[in-house]
Amino acid sequence: MSPEIFISQIFNGLSLSSILLLVGLGLSITFGIMGVINFAHGEFLMIGAYSAFITQSFFIKYLSADLLGFYFFVALPVSFIIAAFIGFILEKFLIRFLYGRTYETILATWGVSLILQQLARNIFGANNVDVSSPTWLRGGITISEGLQLPYNRLFILAISTICIIGMYCFFYRTAKGRVIRAVMQNRTMSACLGVPTSKVDAFTFALGSGLAGIAGCVVSLLGSIGPSTGQNYIIDAFMVVVLGGVGKIVGTIAGALAIGISSSLFEFITTSSMGKVIVFSLIIVFLQWKPQGMFTLKTRKLD
Amino acid sequence: MKKEKLIITIFLLLLVAPIFLSEFRLNLLGKYVSFGIAALAIDLLWGYTGILSLGHAVFFGLGGYCMGAYIKLQTETLPDFMMWCGMTELPWFWKPFQYFWFALPMAIILPIFISLLIGIPTFRVGIKGVYFTILTQALALIFVTFFIGQQLYTGGTNGITNLQSILGFSLSDTKVMQVIYLITVVILIISFLFCRFLVKSNLGRTLIAIRDSENRLKFLGYNPMTYKLFVFAVSAGLAGLAGALFVPQVGIISPSLMGILPSVEMAIWVAVGGRGNLKGAIIGAIVVNFAKSFFSETFPEIWLYFFGLLFVLVVLLFPKGIMGIINNMVNKLKIIKKNRIIHAKADC
Repeated sequence: MSPEIFISQIFNGLSLSSILLLVGLGLSITFGIMGVINFAHGEFLMIGAYSAFITQSFFIKYLSADLLGFYFFVALPVSFIIAAFIGFILEKFLIRFLYGRTYETILATWGVSLILQQLARNIFGANNVDVSSPTWLRGGITISEGLQLPYNRLFILAISTICIIGMYCFFYRTAKGRVIRAVMQNRTMSACLGVPTSKVDAFTFALGSGLAGIAGCVVSLLGSIGPSTGQNYIIDAFMVVVLGGVGKIVGTIAGALAIGISSSLFEFITTSSMGKVIVFSLIIVFLQWKPQGMFTLKTRKLD
Repeated sequence: MKKEKLIITIFLLLLVAPIFLSEFRLNLLGKYVSFGIAALAIDLLWGYTGILSLGHAVFFGLGGYCMGAYIKLQTETLPDFMMWCGMTELPWFWKPFQYFWFALPMAIILPIFISLLIGIPTFRVGIKGVYFTILTQALALIFVTFFIGQQLYTGGTNGITNLQSILGFSLSDTKVMQVIYLITVVILIISFLFCRFLVKSNLGRTLIAIRDSENRLKFLGYNPMTYKLFVFAVSAGLAGLAGALFVPQVGIISPSLMGILPSVEMAIWVAVGGRGNLKGAIIGAIVVNFAKSFFSETFPEIWLYFFGLLFVLVVLLFPKGIMGIINNMVNKLKIIKKNRIIHAKADC
């Protein structure tokens, strides 16, 4: 394998990592804070992707053509808000009743994911739709012959970096973030000290869903989107959480980088199906050494 | 004996079903009975030991593939999909599958082997709960991609199709199908008795203890890993057997039967029937699948909504499933009866 191909595979892996990171972060915080495994999380990615599609259709229909290039800057917040809102609704009407019943949340959210996929199929049709990426994202930086870094993947990398820095500042530099971390560490104690835990839960769940929405908006730059778009990422995102550990942003970052880059490398060296087998085996081997994942919250709890 | 009335009635009904069901319906029911065996496997693992595997369709599918390979080699010396890919000779690992005495045990041994392969490294380091569930789910995804990728050896997305005869009997013959159905029911009954024996034994108590408080069990000097591995392997073998019984009734085995969706469906059968209740698992498998085929035939457009709602409602409203509802009603009836007796006595 020539170094150009190697670098471009690493680069593709990085952009996959950044998507997994956005999806995995939401999973990790909702699991860390509420013990809820949200299998409908992939569908929030799909919702984000369709939001981008709707925004673009709106721009094409009602606004002049020279504004079309800027649709993406509208689509990003729109995706975030729509996904976060639906996440908020889901939390209020379903998840709230299932705290601490982790297995049951898997089944219930799985049902929700079936419903949301079918809803998307009925609204947008079973076929995939295309979101044409803005013209200024076409092409890329040519570094040498045979090595070009596409703008859209660079852009994805930038967006997810901004989101992560934003999340970090939010969690570690604001009062609200501190409250969320407190609930994550010890729910009962925080409640005793006057933290409105149910409000924190709803807010965190909406936040995680919104992040998945942004991921969906970003995914729409890479290819066509369909009702099952979310399913392509959800299992990998869960593996990110298992590998990285629950409850720390840095764990999710490390997990996403490891899985994104290694799957894109191994899938290139071998075949796409063998690559998946290798990555999975490597994860199992790694867990032999650190069963809790790369980074974990230190507690004195038994489990 | 009194408690077992329900399950004995169900078994008797299943045994006499060939008399009054049409060929098509009997075939469907046969499928559901084999699902019932898989549901027993899940219940043993989830309901009694508290380990939820969402990769059980892999074991089911592996059993199915073993049986499918055998049936395929009965009528074709070289499977059609290999011929299309330009193979001239049967791969070595396919060869022994032309013998029934090899294929059937493999349908159980292969899933057990895979279950140990995944179980030993995970249970050894104490990975449990949802982490284990997520890993098994990834296992399902990987097996599907792998089987689709190895088209030359597995038939790819289509799987092994056009299965025609078993042990020299044609699979399109009604009589043969009835016999296969009856064998499936008998094996369901044997599996039920076997699982019941397991859960009623001391071992079963240990399993329940693992579910309820694994740490306490550890402090008492038990090593939960051995028990968990054992029950995971038994459960995988049972699921493989179910797959092997499923294939001759359906005549096809494909990767879509071993993915994540069928795995989650298996868990839903048990959740609907009632976790930690072997009768419930069988009832759940049959009821859910009948409901599924009814809804998908009657409302093909919107049946997925029903199905999704079923997941949500069962979890939210009936956490103990059908058996929970039945037990509740029985208890209420008992109380009413008791009150009546007391009143009657008071009247005297």
